[in-house]
This record gives sequence, structure tokens and C-alpha cells, in this order.
Amino acid sequence: MTRLSIETTELTKVYGTGEAAVHALRSVALQIQRGEFVAVMGPSGSGKSTLMNIIGCLDRPTSGSYVLDGEDVSQLSKDMLADVRNRQIGFVFQSYNLLPRMSAAKNVMLPLLYSRNGHLSDRECYERAIAVLESVGLGDRVHHRPSELSGGQQQRVAIARALANYPSIILADEPTGNLDSASGEEIMELLGQLHKQGTTIVMVTHDFKSAEHAERIIHLLDGRIVSDELNGAESVREKSR
Amino acid sequence: MSFGRTLKVAWEGLTLNKVRSVLTMLGVIIGVAAVIVMLAVSSGAEAEIADQINALGPNLVMVMPSFSRGGLGGGQGGPPGLSYDDIEAIAHDVTGINGVAAEQTTIQTVSGGGTTLESISIVGTTAGLPEVREYAVAEGRFLSEEDNARTNRVAVLGYSVAQELFADQSPVGQKIKIGSTQFTVIGVMKEKGVVGTTDYDGRVYIPITVLFKKYTSSRLGGDKVRLAYVSAESKDTMDSVMSQLTTLLSQRHDVDPAAPDFNLMTQDSIIDTAASTTETFRDLLAWVAAVSLLVGGIGIMNIMLVSVTERTREIGLRQALGARPRDVQLQFLLEAVTLSLAGGLVGVLLGVGGSRLFNAVGSMRTELVPASIPLAFVAAAAVGIFFGYYPATKAAQLDPIEALRRE
Ligand SMILES: Nc1ncnc2c1ncn2[C@@H]1O[C@H](COP(=O)(O)OP(=O)(O)OP(=O)(O)O)[C@@H](O)[C@H]1O
Ligand SMILES: [Mg+2]
Repeated sequence: MTRLSIETTELTKVYGTGEAAVHALRSVALQIQRGEFVAVMGPSGSGKSTLMNIIGCLDRPTSGSYVLDGEDVSQLSKDMLADVRNRQIGFVFQSYNLLPRMSAAKNVMLPLLYSRNGHLSDRECYERAIAVLESVGLGDRVHHRPSELSGGQQQRVAIARALANYPSIILADEPTGNLDSASGEEIMELLGQLHKQGTTIVMVTHDFKSAEHAERIIHLLDGRIVSDELNGAESVREKSR
Repeated sequence: MSFGRTLKVAWEGLTLNKVRSVLTMLGVIIGVAAVIVMLAVSSGAEAEIADQINALGPNLVMVMPSFSRGGLGGGQGGPPGLSYDDIEAIAHDVTGINGVAAEQTTIQTVSGGGTTLESISIVGTTAGLPEVREYAVAEGRFLSEEDNARTNRVAVLGYSVAQELFADQSPVGQKIKIGSTQFTVIGVMKEKGVVGTTDYDGRVYIPITVLFKKYTSSRLGGDKVRLAYVSAESKDTMDSVMSQLTTLLSQRHDVDPAAPDFNLMTQDSIIDTAASTTETFRDLLAWVAAVSLLVGGIGIMNIMLVSVTERTREIGLRQALGARPRDVQLQFLLEAVTLSLAGGLVGVLLGVGGSRLFNAVGSMRTELVPASIPLAFVAAAAVGIFFGYYPATKAAQLDPIEALRRE
């Protein structure tokens, strides 16, 4: 097996045709190693979400290839993409996207219910959900509904849900975008822990402070990667001050 | 996702909005209940008719003038019908019969024993009536052939008429007046009650020949019987009785036996004719019920479409977490089918309960058609699948990114 978690070549995404065509991504070449923690930055409309959607197998590129864990997934069928999302990818959304009428545990169980290999019994699903919730520090909020939780707690439930199937990659599109800075910091620390445990993390953020938690920062502009540097370079810090 | 889990998810989806789910089911509930009640009502009506016809007596052949030939006032020898002589001839010449009864009714005032009764059915009949109708005399005797032949002014009273006129006294030998004519009471019938629409006990029986002479006008065909009952000894002699009747009456009326001026009917043939009428009625009701099921189905489709729109984000999320299009489709299809089947179940309960209730309060006779219950379920499931398919497919085809972005 390759050490590369994500490899894209000549990745292009065009919305619409003719005059109205929007080039959201232009020949993006990106390599992310297993276990890396990457922050994606860039102005609004630069194509960050588009890139995340393709990496997350929610969308297919217009052209170019995308190899995920050694498998070319750029042209898989809808069903196979669903399976890849279920097994290999954990999503964290800006707006949490928890199902409001379900308890935290039930929300976390969702990806397990759609799992097609290594089918777990209902009891095992539940136990797994509890364990994952405990690992994000919500062992005492298992039966709470999202409306009974703070924003930071909700996002932690969402992270627990992303972790439920032990995916190799966590994709987070502005995970702290809706949170105050203290809760945002908690979330970033949680992601940092996951990173230490060996999970590949790709995160979109507008916040330089959040980006500091990443090992590597990629800047997008107008659908192109304009910079790709390791964190710790002073330049990033200076920009934030 | 496994079928069982998808079913659970569908169930949870429905319980989120219970009031709406129940209202959506209402269409199917009403449709299914209507199917069951209507089938029960029409089969009850059929059974009622069969009972009334069978209550006329056992193994009857009914002889009626044929209106297609001659019609009223036309044909050979005046209006169609049977004369008293025809009845006599049947009684003497046809073998394998218990008796012949002709009946002609008029309404008159009856007085006797110091009491006057208005609007009493006076039945002119023949000696065969007790055998044909299984209706026995309690006291005295019934009308004889001689009474008819001699036009004796004698009367036999129904049970309640006797009670009302003479109370505890014996009516036999007493005089009564029917209209302006005096009669001698020769007998009282046993209590029989109401059969079908006929109140046997409230009638007075006199010789049919007397009735023709005193109460009906011969110019209007008043000396002809419109209906005579011939009681065969058993089911086995019915065919022979019918062919003897055809021969005898054709001869007497001087008509071709292949195109007679009378019709012979058995109870079975009348029941069959009645059944074909109720079948038409039932088909009509079935269509009404089917339309209401259809409307119920459209209601389900409508609500499922609303639900898919409302839950677009949930659908997008489920897709992001690994739901395949078919998982989403099955989830919504199962919601629709669960709605329609639950509606079907409640509808069956209501339909069965309603049919029982109609019977119990005596307003209508109903008989549950057992096949209508599985039929209702199959119809409900079919409605759910048919009307759930489009919304479910629409949900399955949603693009996950767009769905997630939707507010
Ligand atoms: N479904 C779509 N149809 C047409 N154009 C689209 C669609 N989705 C995105 N775009 C366009 O593609 C470009 C990139 O959009 P994208 O959402 O990736 O930006 P972003 O970097 O995530 O921005 P933000 O920081 O505001 O979230 C934008 O110009 C956007 O208008
Ligand atoms: Mg974005």
C-alpha cells in the first residue's frame, strides 16, 4: 500500500457551460501523506469547498484523476462512492448537520447503520457510539438531543459521528466557523489529538489561529494552489498578527 | 442498509410527525373501510333476498303471466294470467306436487265481534296454501276446493286479526263483514309472524273465486291470477313438475310450448336474477371505494413530496454518511407503504366494526366478505408502492452537495 492518502492530478471542476462556465478548480495537483494534518485556506469562492467535496467523494471532477488510498475513485459509480464515503471518510461540517430529533448516540450511530462490510449488531453499534462519544469527552451527553447541547458540544458529536466507522481521513469544512473562539479552540485540540493518533485530516478554515494546529497549509486562489508550505514557517504567524 | 433497519428508520420518520402521518392515512383508512363495508352491505342484501325468497316455502315453482307476449289487455282471450280453472287443473293433473296456491290480494275494512279493523289485506287463495307456505291451521279448517268451486263466503283469519276481533272468544262459526259482504269464519291460522315484508298474521284468507266475484273487476283482468305457487314434493321432482306445467298450461291456453304466455321460475332462478342486480350495485360501490383509495394514495404522494422537500438536508447528510440512492429510496418507499398499510389495518378494523354495527343496530343486514380483508391489504400496499415510488425516487436522485447546502 502506498503511503499517499490523497493524490490528485490535473483535477478540474467546471460548473455550467459556455459563457456561464465557472472554473472552480483548475488543474489542481495535490498529494497528502497518510497521517498529515492539512489546512486549506483562501478567499471566498476560491474553490476550497469544491476541492473538499471531490476529495470527500461527494462530487466527481470534470477531468483529472483522484486516487484515494491507492484507488482511483474519480469515476466510480454513485453506489461505490457512497461506500467509499462510508468506510474511508469522516465529514465534519460547519453547521454540524446533526439530525435534530435524535440523541447524540443515535446521530453517531448513523454511519454504522449504512456500513456494508463488517456489519455490526444494533447493540454493537450502540456501544461503539458510546465509546466514540466518550473519546470526544461527551460520555455524559449520550442521550441528549442536539438542541440540548452547546455549539461546541454539537460539533464534537459531529466529530464523533465522523469517527464512528474509523475512517482513514477526516474532512472538515470550516469546522469552527460557527463557534466562539474558546469552543473553536477545543475543537481544534480534538482534531490535533486525532492527528496524533494517525488520522489524516484535511480542514478548510478562514482562521489563521485554527490553521496553526495543522502541519501544512495550502492556499487556494481562483481554483489554483498558490502556496503549499509546512507550518512553523514564520510567515504564517506573521500574517495572523 | 438492511431492510429491517431501513424499516426502523422509516418508522422513526413517520413518528416524528404523528398528526400529519395520521391525517395522511385517513384517505386510505376511509377507502379501505368503504371497500369492506360496501362489500358487506351488498352481500348482506343478497343474503336477505335469498332468505326472503326461500321463506316463501320449499321447492317452489312460480307461474307468472308473460308480459312480453300479449301484455296487459292484449293477446288471446283478454289479459294474461291464470284462471281459477287453470289452478284447479294444475292441482289435479300435475304429479309430484304438494299443492298449488294462487294469491290475489285486496285491501278492505273488516268488522266482527263488535270491532272494526281498517285496511286489512284480504287474500283470495286456494286450498293448497297451507302446504305450499308451510302455514298450518290452529282452529277449525282451511278453505277447501269446494269453497272455491261454490264461491262459499267463508273466511280464515290470521292469528292477530282473530285476536283483535274476537279476543278470547272462539271465532269459528262467527260472522264477519269484509267490506259490505258477510262471511262465516271457518278457521284461524297459527301464528307465523312477518316473513320478508309479509305479515301473515294480519291477513284474512277467503276463496279466490269469491274475491274475483266480489272485489275485483273482470274487465280489468280481475279474474286472472298474476302469480301461482306450485310446491314440488322435492328438489328431484322440480324438473318434471316444470315440464308438466309447461305442457298443461300451453294446452289450456292454446299456445306453442316453445313460446308460452307464462313464465316458470324457481327460487334459485329468482335468487340468481337478484344476485346479478346486486352485483351491478356492488361493482358500482367497488368503484366508489376504489376512487376513495386513489384519493388516499394521492394524499400519500403529496405528503411524501412535502416530506422529501422538508428533509432534503437530512437526505444529503445520510448520503454523505454512506447512504446509497437505493437506501434513500427504500426509506421513503417504506414510509409510504407503512402509511398505507397502517391505514389499511385501521381501515379493516373500522370496516369490520362498522359492518358489525350496522347489523347490530338492525338498520341494515351486512355479511362480511372474508376475501375483502386480504384484498383491502393488497390494495393498500399497492397504493403505497405506487404513490410512494415517485417521491422516493426523487429523494434518491438528490445530489448530496446540493441537498446539504439546502436550508
Ligand atoms: N453548484 C454550483 N454551480 C455553479 N457554480 C458553483 C457551484 N458550486 C460552487 N460554484 C462556484 O465555484 C466557485 C468555488 O466555490 P466554492 O464553494 O468551492 O468556494 P469556497 O472557496 O468554498 O468559498 P467559501 O469560502 O465562501 O466557502 C465559486 O465561484 C462558486 O460560485
Ligand atoms: Mg466553502
